Amino acid sequence: MTTTHDEHSSGVAPPNLLAPGYRRFFTGRGAVIASSLSSVAVVVALVSLFYITPGSSEVRFFFFHLADMGRAFVGDPAKGLSSVGLAFLTNIWMCLLCEIIVLVLGLTFAWVRVSRSAVLLPVRVLVTVYTDLFRGIPIILVIYIVGFGLPALNIGFLSHQSPAVYGCISLIVTYTAYVAEVYRAGLTSVPNGQILAARSLGLTQQATMQRIILPQAVRTVVPPLLNDFISLQKDTALVSTLGAIEATHAAQIYASTEFNFSGYTIAALLFLILTVPLTRFTDQLMSRDRNKRLAQQS
Amino acid sequence: MTSSDILSFINVRKSFGANEVLRGVSLELQRHNVVCLIGSSGSGKSTLLRCANMLETIDGGDITLFGQSLTDPRVDPDLVRRQIGTVFQSFNLFPHLTVLDNLTVGPHYAQRRPLEVVRSEAIELLVRIGLESRAHDFPDRLSGGQQQRVAIARALAMQPALLLLDEVTSALDPSLVGEVLDLLSELADAGTTMLIATHEMGFARDVADRVAFLDQGVLVESGTPSEIFDNPQHPATQLFLQRVR
Repeated sequence: MTTTHDEHSSGVAPPNLLAPGYRRFFTGRGAVIASSLSSVAVVVALVSLFYITPGSSEVRFFFFHLADMGRAFVGDPAKGLSSVGLAFLTNIWMCLLCEIIVLVLGLTFAWVRVSRSAVLLPVRVLVTVYTDLFRGIPIILVIYIVGFGLPALNIGFLSHQSPAVYGCISLIVTYTAYVAEVYRAGLTSVPNGQILAARSLGLTQQATMQRIILPQAVRTVVPPLLNDFISLQKDTALVSTLGAIEATHAAQIYASTEFNFSGYTIAALLFLILTVPLTRFTDQLMSRDRNKRLAQQS
Repeated sequence: MTSSDILSFINVRKSFGANEVLRGVSLELQRHNVVCLIGSSGSGKSTLLRCANMLETIDGGDITLFGQSLTDPRVDPDLVRRQIGTVFQSFNLFPHLTVLDNLTVGPHYAQRRPLEVVRSEAIELLVRIGLESRAHDFPDRLSGGQQQRVAIARALAMQPALLLLDEVTSALDPSLVGEVLDLLSELADAGTTMLIATHEMGFARDVADRVAFLDQGVLVESGTPSEIFDNPQHPATQLFLQRVR
């Protein structure tokens, strides 16, 4: 007579823990195959869906025409076409310059808002009004107001700048408000016990801020700050409305002269090349942060 | 009040809104003395400690440190706190600093003493608490008991005139309480002046020169450990000791 080991020892058949055959396909190595197959199927379905839409061939010609994408990227000075590629460098320096100034101003404003100093009260009120104002106005309106308003004011130096500079001013003014709020959230998220411990050591209010609160706050706000940085990169495209020659505007020129929108596609691709790695990096930072927090709790 | 008093509470009153937490508490702490504050949660032990290092402002009475009134508006709280080491129930170590930097941040940035000096002092302290091998670890790598020992060392690094300890073992696993209490006993033997709020009655009996029992913001009774634990006079003290035993 054949009995299994378990039946022999307990007299009761052990419960079956193995998934039935067809479901075993979705576990272990099967899962990799399943996910690859489903990804391919989805991509094929989407592409063929695009191909069978009535206007597909027109869209492919006007938006995805490789020759036009190439010409728009390089530009053609003889026909007055700016290079989208070169113009994109304007987007890059605008966002880098703005980001640096925004990070410094944002931190300063957040610092003022969380400080309890009596002397700073009027500044604190001003900063609060400022952040409320510029978090509430769409960027495109700020760009119009600054871009057309400042020159009209006729105040010498300030009124005779290039559209790119007005664009930068608008982006800085708006993003400083956002970033100040991110910093402020970080500063207030530091547990009160940290402040008590620091003050109990006899550290002054300023030393407590500088040595204890700020370093901890910055760590928690790096991912949201990177998110804002990504938005800032994309919003440099809005400066095209003032006539600054950046990627979007160069693509616009190409579209209106050559009657082909492939320049927009190449501009979009350029933005993606910049933002996707940063987005991935930010997500990775966030999940690492979460894992660390979970590890601390256990 | 005698001349050897380091810290004196004189009829101290403190309210949070309508809630009167301290109703005229008087207590003296002399050099090399260990005083244990006992009493149930909410009796005002923690508040009394927080008033001593000016984390709370008192509503009535007075507190003196080396004979100087802390209610004097010219007193700088930061200077008062540099004389008083404080250890919290929840450690409150700085998570972004290594163990060594936790110990040096006060002496270097508050007392403005040179970094090389405070570093070598900090390492001596770590040797004393048996954690010199963890000097360059971050606090989250340490057990709760080790973290609390580091927190005590951080307070000692300021070379304070006295230590305030606020239920420093209450947040610890029972198995980790011993190492912290042992360290405190060593400090007491070495003559460290300490005011300790605690729920550890056995520890209070062993280490305290005097025990003070607080009940609903009133210092009901104080005396030597044997007076309080073996022969409590006040009914509230008797009731409390019955409950905790």
